[in-house]
Amino acid sequence: MITEGKKAIWSEYQKEIADDKFFYVRSCIRQNFFPGSEVAFLRIMRDVLKKDVYEHPCHTTCSGIGYHGDVVPVETAMTVVARQFALMTEAGYTNYVPSCITSFGLYTEILDTWHHFPEVEGKVREQLKKATGREFKIPGNLAHASDVIYKFRKEIAAKAKYKLVNKNTGEPLKVVDHIGCHYAKMFPSKGVGGAEYPYVLTGMVEEWGGQIVDYPERRHCCGFGFRQYLVQANRGFSVACSKEKFESMEPFKPDMIITNCPGCPMFLDRWQYVINEMEGKKYGQNGEGIPVFTYEEVAGLVLGYDPWDLGLQMHQTDCEPVLDKIGIEYAPADKYKLDVKTPSSKSHNLISV
Amino acid sequence: MEKFGFTISKIRQIDYDSNDRSIADYIYEREPSFRLCIECGGCSATCTTGNYTNFSLRELHILIKRGENSQVIENLKKCMLCGKCILVCPRGVNTRNIVILARQAFQKSDSYAI
Amino acid sequence: MSKHVVVIGAGVAGLEAAGRLSKAGFYVSLLEKEVKTGGHLNDWYKLFPDRRNSSEVKHYLDKLTLNDGIKILSGTTIEKFSKRKSHFSIITDKGNEIIADAVVVATGFDLFKSARKEEYGYGIYDNVITSAELEGMFRNDKIALCNGKIPGAIGIVHCVGSRDEKVGNLYCSKLCCVTAVKQAIEICEHLPESKVFCFYMDMRMGGAHYEELYREAQEKWGVNFIRGKVSEAGETINNRLVIKVEDTLAGRPLKMELDMLVLMAGMEMSDGGKKIAGISGLNTGENRFFSAADPHYGSNISNIKGVFYAGTCTAPMNITETISHARAAVSEVMDYLKDVN
Repeated sequence: MITEGKKAIWSEYQKEIADDKFFYVRSCIRQNFFPGSEVAFLRIMRDVLKKDVYEHPCHTTCSGIGYHGDVVPVETAMTVVARQFALMTEAGYTNYVPSCITSFGLYTEILDTWHHFPEVEGKVREQLKKATGREFKIPGNLAHASDVIYKFRKEIAAKAKYKLVNKNTGEPLKVVDHIGCHYAKMFPSKGVGGAEYPYVLTGMVEEWGGQIVDYPERRHCCGFGFRQYLVQANRGFSVACSKEKFESMEPFKPDMIITNCPGCPMFLDRWQYVINEMEGKKYGQNGEGIPVFTYEEVAGLVLGYDPWDLGLQMHQTDCEPVLDKIGIEYAPADKYKLDVKTPSSKSHNLISV
Repeated sequence: MEKFGFTISKIRQIDYDSNDRSIADYIYEREPSFRLCIECGGCSATCTTGNYTNFSLRELHILIKRGENSQVIENLKKCMLCGKCILVCPRGVNTRNIVILARQAFQKSDSYAI
Repeated sequence: MSKHVVVIGAGVAGLEAAGRLSKAGFYVSLLEKEVKTGGHLNDWYKLFPDRRNSSEVKHYLDKLTLNDGIKILSGTTIEKFSKRKSHFSIITDKGNEIIADAVVVATGFDLFKSARKEEYGYGIYDNVITSAELEGMFRNDKIALCNGKIPGAIGIVHCVGSRDEKVGNLYCSKLCCVTAVKQAIEICEHLPESKVFCFYMDMRMGGAHYEELYREAQEKWGVNFIRGKVSEAGETINNRLVIKVEDTLAGRPLKMELDMLVLMAGMEMSDGGKKIAGISGLNTGENRFFSAADPHYGSNISNIKGVFYAGTCTAPMNITETISHARAAVSEVMDYLKDVN
């Protein structure tokens, strides 16, 4: 592997990411899947990086999950998205930051469609006005929340309590990154590092002390695919995709997986349990699974947040092997306590915020 | 195994490196014209069997070469050895002999029941 | 006084044109941006389909151009190009002005930059090389991996940068299929133990004796041809390459490991040609090559009277075609200068 070649590609795929004053929109499903992640993002942005991040109480689903699940037509999705833009406009923000990769992909797709077909944008404006009386401006900057953390990765590293380093060996942790398909495969120029050799998570991992593992099926989909997973009869196909990835990464002995999509960590995490149930196979070391994290969780961990505040007890594949390797302090007994009484307001349970 | 109402799908991919291509090697050695096929499909178009069953001599050649042997065995017996395929082949492949040799190779091999 | 013709580019087309113009009695200035004449011929080992050494053709061209009527200005680029009445003024990068009665543009082609097909990992994976780099290995009689080991399984990817809308090249480069077949045979000759796989979309064996060479590759050398465009390459922990392709004739996706992947880089309008187009006002087509006045009977004629095209600056061509095209350009120059005072 020639790193210089990758660096050349990375330098070609850089994108503009706003510096402050973010309009943040949550994902439909992440709060169930990985409930600490979005709160961790807000806490890092506001408390650590001192940024202005605004959340609007009237924000809804972008309907991307329905669009990709074949139940919401694109025209409907566009009008729903137009309403989100209207909320941003009304709040006085221009830098739009979705938490969800599929939302980011849908927003990118819609903005590109409007760019090429202004008459479609005109129709959507008319529909939104008729339906809600709202008007909107196109975001000045659209960046996925992982882009924003990527942008501030050095600031986070500067304040980090831990590094992605094995405390016993001093070696960097071997990290597999998995980028949600809708991040850059549709529009490579909109992703940091492009679609073939994405850099957005690699940049974070390297900055925080870890080492990225590039393995043959790195670019393969996790298998979520919305309509595949949603139909029970198709789940065998979904789990087979994840299995192919695990088999491909296994020889590299990765310590952990980092992701930036709502569905990918869910499936890469849960399918490890399913595969073990069906085939008695685990892909990690010492008879364990490979722990899967969101990038917010990883950022939170290096910043020294309590693992249970980050919601890591909600992972099906145990995260403790990684915590132990890094040397993160945690109380095993607190893992499943839902109401943690803590003296300081800073470390109270993020899930119940 | 099935659990939670589904099983893990088998990959459709041809895994070239782990497939057994001994049948192909057996034919290559005895009928060098086997290498010359350019997959034009002339043989399959004129094939009596191919017109009434899902048998394709062209596809059979490819599957033998890739080592997809279980699929080959299923279809090998369908050929009636009429020889029309030899007449149309633009590359002079001895197509009939390839079927005969494939049957021989499977019979000689311990790994397959034919 | 004999008329003065400037030939831009001293590859196969430029050398042939210069030699023939000189034979016809014109005074010729041959401009070449590189130090050496010969263009891509210098990078090639043996030529298809007869596998003769490329140096034999170079030798023929050198002999043709070795005379007092031809002034070779190598290491020279053109900064300004203009036409005054029936004369052309060419200012070189050294600030010299050359006045010409006619101009032959023979700026040739550049090989497609394979790193642009990111999915093949050229410049990223250790053992992904281009067809030109493989020629260099043949010349040095050493086909080896980065670690010095001999490759056992070698894949050849056709159509890299050709017939590909994603890189803006809709056209077929025409020569890569036969180059792939030639190189597959040469790999087998150098490394009899190796297995060679060609991944093609269509086998375009349009030239004289090309199809026979393809047949030889199958029959004599056992080269494997798999119809499908490689969509992705990755690197295994053992530093081998793993590729994904559809075996379109089996109707199934296929995965295999290889030690080396050779990319058949297509032909593109050269950067030098683009520069000339920019400063001269010569027309280029959708494929970015110079566009000739008529595709059937005016393939040497440009939109500027007195400027003529020779060779691959107008379209992908093999050496035979390039030499014929250069001779045709000379015939056009002669015809043109007959009427110009």
